Amino acid sequence: MNWSSLGEFAHMGGYGLYVWGSLGMCAAAIAAECWALSARRRRLRELPLDETDDLDPRPIHES
Amino acid sequence: MPPATLAPKPDTAPRGSWLRFAAPQQFYPLAGKLLPWLWALAALLAVAGLTVGLLIAPSDFQQGDSYRIIYIHVPAAWMSMLIYVVMAFWAGLGLVLNTRLSSMMASALAPTGAWMTFIALWTGALWGKPTWGTWWVWDARLTSELILLFLYIGFMSLHAAIDDERRADRAAALLALVGVVNVPIIYFSVQWWNTLHQGASVSLTRSPSMASVMLAGMLVMTLAFWMYCIAAVLARVRIIILERERHTRWARAVLEPA
Repeated sequence: MNWSSLGEFAHMGGYGLYVWGSLGMCAAAIAAECWALSARRRRLRELPLDETDDLDPRPIHES
Repeated sequence: MPPATLAPKPDTAPRGSWLRFAAPQQFYPLAGKLLPWLWALAALLAVAGLTVGLLIAPSDFQQGDSYRIIYIHVPAAWMSMLIYVVMAFWAGLGLVLNTRLSSMMASALAPTGAWMTFIALWTGALWGKPTWGTWWVWDARLTSELILLFLYIGFMSLHAAIDDERRADRAAALLALVGVVNVPIIYFSVQWWNTLHQGASVSLTRSPSMASVMLAGMLVMTLAFWMYCIAAVLARVRIIILERERHTRWARAVLEPA
């Protein structure tokens, strides 16, 4: 183990901003992607599925 | 005339033939079965990789602890390139064979690939500032990785801009195929040109120029990213399948269980 305290771990030898800025953005990107996926899935379930859907060829995809 | 049932159609390919999974209706449940395992593997590998990378691997002699960004940056960059090639492959297959699921797969891969490219660029900038003194430089590798992001965004935008789904698939496939030349450019850029970005530390033909603990952490994180990307893409392709097949009986059965 490299670190003798949580403070040292957070400080990352002076590079804390860069290292945690990288890990944080990665976590945020993953969270955003997963949220977008579940939002897209939910929107799918809210679509009306009556017969007229067969007549409407427009795609409903976004991200 | 008796009412039609909601039971799925029987397999039309012989049992045991992998080709039956080229049908969206067959691929949908297969992807569904794989997903929990992929998410679990991604999480476990990420915990293991970050434990090695942040807690066990020592500081770098020259870069101190800023080098630890490598555990995110390199896997994300590798994924950004791999996903593009795979996306171009499926898009090309969909173009040539006219298989809908192939094009759906290409559309599912694009957003995840774009995220990986963004993460690679962002973490690269954060690594570059303390280590090489700059957030950005227009060298061959960084510029071609930025172009990769534009290609992903271009693929998604072009597809969204065309109303006819299959025409959209074909147009976007052409863009993906033309853009694939960028991937070897990114990969070989550090050999072909004089770049600020460092050369390859890991090679298929030479021993790595990196301490084994660090290399191990990086490889575990690469696997974690890979499992995550496959999971996210399969989750997305399932949604795309339901969107595009929602006029079919089997899709309606999934979307509104009786």
